[in-house]
Amino acid sequence: MSTVLPPGPASNLTPEPPSAAAVDHGSSLWGAAFRRLRRNPQAIAGTIIVALFVLVAILAPVLAPYGGDALPGRGEIRPTFIPGIGELAAYPLGLDRFGGDVLSKLIWGARASLIIGLVSTALGLAGGMLIGLVSAAFGGWVDNVLMRFIDILLSIPNLLLAVSIAAVLGQGATAIMIAIGASQVPVFARLLRSSMLQQNNSDYVLAAQTLGLSRRTITMSHVLPNSIGPVVVQGTLSLATAVIDAAALSFLGLGGGRPQTAEWGRMLTYAQNELAIAPQLAFLPGICIAITALGFTLFGEALREALDPRSRRG
Amino acid sequence: MLRVIGKRIALIIPTLIGLSLLLFIWVRSLPGGPATALLGERATPEAIAQINEAYGFNRPILEQYFTYMGRILTGDFGISIETGRPVLEEFARRFPATIELSVVALIFAIGIGIPLGYIAAKYYGKAPDHISVVVSLIGITIPVFFLAFILKWVFAVQLGWFPPDGRQDSRIDATHATGFWVLDGFLTGEYDAAWDAFMHLVLPGIALGTIPLAIIVRITRASVLEVSGADYVRTARAKGVLERTVRDRFILRNAMLPVVTTIGLQVGLLISGAVLTETVFAFSGIGRFLSQAIFARDFPVLQGFILFIAVLYAVINLLVDLSYSVIDPRVRVK
Repeated sequence: MSTVLPPGPASNLTPEPPSAAAVDHGSSLWGAAFRRLRRNPQAIAGTIIVALFVLVAILAPVLAPYGGDALPGRGEIRPTFIPGIGELAAYPLGLDRFGGDVLSKLIWGARASLIIGLVSTALGLAGGMLIGLVSAAFGGWVDNVLMRFIDILLSIPNLLLAVSIAAVLGQGATAIMIAIGASQVPVFARLLRSSMLQQNNSDYVLAAQTLGLSRRTITMSHVLPNSIGPVVVQGTLSLATAVIDAAALSFLGLGGGRPQTAEWGRMLTYAQNELAIAPQLAFLPGICIAITALGFTLFGEALREALDPRSRRG
Repeated sequence: MLRVIGKRIALIIPTLIGLSLLLFIWVRSLPGGPATALLGERATPEAIAQINEAYGFNRPILEQYFTYMGRILTGDFGISIETGRPVLEEFARRFPATIELSVVALIFAIGIGIPLGYIAAKYYGKAPDHISVVVSLIGITIPVFFLAFILKWVFAVQLGWFPPDGRQDSRIDATHATGFWVLDGFLTGEYDAAWDAFMHLVLPGIALGTIPLAIIVRITRASVLEVSGADYVRTARAKGVLERTVRDRFILRNAMLPVVTTIGLQVGLLISGAVLTETVFAFSGIGRFLSQAIFARDFPVLQGFILFIAVLYAVINLLVDLSYSVIDPRVRVK
C-alpha cells in the first residue's frame, strides 16, 4: 500500500516507481533513509564536503599558521603589489591588502561560517517550528493570524528582511545570525504546519483519538515526530543559504568589527578593490563559500530523496 | 474575470496593511528612534526636537500610525538622508535601470532555462540530463556576488569584451528620455548609445539571471517529466498526433504552470540579487542605491524600499495568478 507522503519543499513532481530500496520492511523511516543515503554518490560527496568543512572549522586553531585577524605580513605589502599564491614560502596562499595570511583567514573563516550557519539555522528552526506547531495544533483564528503574519514576512525578500533586522540590531556577527535566523522562520513555519496538517488526516491519528489519547499527546508524541522529515531536509538546505546569506550581509557591510576579521564575505568585500592586481583574494573565499554551500545542498537533497524516494529528481 | 481580479486585489490589502504596521514598528525600534532614523546619526538634539514636532513623533502612537499611513498613501516616503531628495523621486530615477537589468536577466534565465530543462527531461538519465543537473546545482550554490566577480574579472578585466561597470560609457553624450537607456537609444536614433547601454547590461544580466536559470531548469525538467508520463500524452501519440504538436500543445503547455509560478516567485530573488549584482558592477539602479543606503544607514530609503518591493511582489504574484487562466482554461472555469 502506498501512503501519501508529505511533499518536500520542491513538491514531488516526478512520480517514479518506488525503487527496491524504498520497499524496506521492518525498519524505521530514518533507518531506511540512512541505508539509502549510504548508496547515493551525491550524499557521499555532500557528506565528505560537509565533514571536511566542519573538521577545518573545529581544528582551526591547530591548522591555521596564524591567528584569524593577525597581520603577520604587514611589512611585505606595497601599494601596487600584494604577494599572491606561492610567491612567499611563509604564506602559501599569499597575503591580503592588510598583510593577513590568506590561508589562515580562510581556515578561520570556515569556523566563522560554521558558527553563523548553525546558530542562525537553529534560531530559524526554533522560531519557525514553534509558529508552525502552534498554528497546526490550534487551528482556527490562531492559525489564521499566524499564517497572515508569515505571509507578510514572505512578501519581503529574504535578504532584505535580514538587512532590516540587522539595521535594528546594529552591526556585528550576533545581528547577522539573528537576522538570517529570523528570515528563515517563515519557511520552517509553513513547512511544519502543512506537514502536520497532512498527518492529522492519517489513520493513526484517528486510531489514537479512538483510544482516547489527549489531543496534546497525539500532537506532541505522534503527529510532530512524523511531520519532522521535510523540516530536517529544509534545515540542511538552509545551512547552505545561511552560509551564502551571511557572506552577502557581510559583503554589504553589516558584519561590523574590524576590516581584517577572518570572514569569507568580508574578504570578498575588500577584494573588490584589488580585483585587477590580486584576483585570488576574491576567488579563494568565493570558492570556499560555493563549495560549502554545495556540500550542504548535495547532502540536503540526498536526504530529501532518502526520506521520500518518490521525490527523486536525479 | 473582473471579479476574479477584484477578489485577488482585496486579498492583498490585509497583507499590505500588516506590512505597513510592521514597518511602522520597525522604524520606531531603530536605534535612536524615528527622528534619528530620519535625520541620520549625527543629528543635533534641536533638530531631533524639531522633527519630533513636525512629524508628530511625540503624539499618541495610534495617531502617529494614521498620519504615517496617510503620508505613505499620498506617496510621501520621506527624504533620503544621503541625497536630501524625496525617496520616491530617487526610486523613480533609478528604477528603469533595474527593470532593464531584470528583463535581461529573465530573458537569459527563461531563454536558456526552459529549453535546457526540456532537453534534460527528454534525455532523462542520459548525458544532457546529468549536465543540466550539474549546471543547476552550481547555479544554486554559487553566491551571486561571487559569480559577478568571476564574470567581471574574466570577460571585462582579462578579455575586455564587455565594460566592467556603469550603465553607459561616460564619453557617450546620449539623450535619456525614458530612463530605459537601451530604449532611449532606439527612440532617439542614437543606436551606438543603445548598443553601449546593452553591452553594459550583459554581464550583470548573466550574473543576476543565473540563480533563476538554475531554478527554472529544475522545475521545467521535473514538470515536463511528469506531464510526459500522463495518459493523454500517450493517447495523443497513439492516435498519431504529430510529435511537434505533442511537444508544443500537450507537453509544454501543460508543463508550464509550475514554471510560470516559479518565474513569478523569482522576483524577490531578482531584487535581492540586484542589490549585490549592481554593487559589484557599479550599476546605478535601485539595488545599488539600497546597498549604499545600508552602508550610510539611510533608513527612509530602506523603509521605502521594503514597502515598494512588497507591493511589487504582490502585484507580480497577482499577474502570475491571472496568467494561469490564460495558460490553463480549467482555472477560468473554476
